[in-house]
Amino acid sequence: MSWLDPAGLYRPGTSLVHRAPLWLRLGGLAALGVALVVLRGPWSALAVLAAVIGLAALARLPWRATLRGVLPALVTAVLVAAYQTWQRGWEVGVEVGADLLSLVLAATVVTATTRADVLLDAAVRTLRPLRRVGVDPEAVSLAISLMLRTMPALATLAGETRDAARARGLERSPRALLVPLAVRTVGRARATGEALAARGLGETPADRPVRS
Amino acid sequence: MIELDAAGVTVRSGDADRVLLHPTTCTLTERRVALIGANGSGKSTLARLVNGLRPVTSGRVRTLGLDVATHGPQVRARVGFVFTDPDAQLVMPTAVEDVALSLRASVRDARERDARARAVLARIGLAGHAETPVHALSGGQKQLLALAGVLATEPEILVCDEPTTLLDLRWRRVVDGLLDEVDAQVLLVTHDLDAAARADRVLVVDGGRVVVDGPPLDAVAEYRDRMAAP
Repeated sequence: MSWLDPAGLYRPGTSLVHRAPLWLRLGGLAALGVALVVLRGPWSALAVLAAVIGLAALARLPWRATLRGVLPALVTAVLVAAYQTWQRGWEVGVEVGADLLSLVLAATVVTATTRADVLLDAAVRTLRPLRRVGVDPEAVSLAISLMLRTMPALATLAGETRDAARARGLERSPRALLVPLAVRTVGRARATGEALAARGLGETPADRPVRS
Repeated sequence: MIELDAAGVTVRSGDADRVLLHPTTCTLTERRVALIGANGSGKSTLARLVNGLRPVTSGRVRTLGLDVATHGPQVRARVGFVFTDPDAQLVMPTAVEDVALSLRASVRDARERDARARAVLARIGLAGHAETPVHALSGGQKQLLALAGVLATEPEILVCDEPTTLLDLRWRRVVDGLLDEVDAQVLLVTHDLDAAARADRVLVVDGGRVVVDGPPLDAVAEYRDRMAAP
């Protein structure tokens, strides 16, 4: 595992959280979001954060990898908490920082204990009623899984581009990093689109044969 | 069976038309067909005509008896395509999920999909990597996984666009071995002349034209001569 691993990458297991029904995990995540808005004060925020950390422990997520994965959220939470403390006092700072961490960690627990294709199925089922207003549930769920896969892929591209700039002595030039990265990202997107078309993904199910 | 009837591709580049593939007519019925040619010669364009990834601007392409222009989705459901860079082809977080994704359209039951995906992974020697994140696989393993995602759909034709170009010799042999065992008709775009020589028929593409079409040894020898010429 490397720092490129998205925080919520599925980790197989048999914990209580893994065995919980998907509706409970997703419903719990939604309920947590509402609770964090409703509950006020630093102590309740810290209590919720402790509960979510307990949930991650119950799911037996590897601590080191999980911490690396949520590191960007952790840094953001610290910065936001510091700003809020300066502007509105330590109580608000602690509450906002803890709330942000709780949500990110809880979402990580859900995706780390749920296979992407199970999430995909759930997204398709949930979005099915929206088909009447022109939403394609398969396309939306595919976009979600593409997003999960694209994060480490983009990090790899950025690393390669940075190395290329360094090799040419251009490590201090933002242009030497950003322009090729943008070009390569668009190129990767086009190639992925072509590959999706070749796999028949995004085409009308009625066009394809169904096996028993 | 792949039938090209005066199939050509022209694109607009600035104010001028640029011909990627001159009108080409041929019928490919052999089990193994190789396309060889220099970079930019038009062989990948020709390969993409087979399942409509590149639409023709003149002429017609029929694959498995279906007109690709009017039956694109049906053709793509029966024609697998393996790209040079597997990273663009693999879209799910883990190996087993990516293979299962290929089966979403044809197998409704999630457990059945999972079982079939694992069976395909076992068949190509990746059973131990079912839960491995895709980005943590080696280049060779990624290409095998891309191939697994395609083979899972049991294609009748398999088009491979330089599938071993980015691989070392060991993985090249593994992928070549798997392609040799596939039941489907295989159209292989390659720079590997040894692999081309094992085909039943070889087409040499140069400047957007099929300039040689014949038995492998003759065609490969002709290609070598052309490449050696100043």
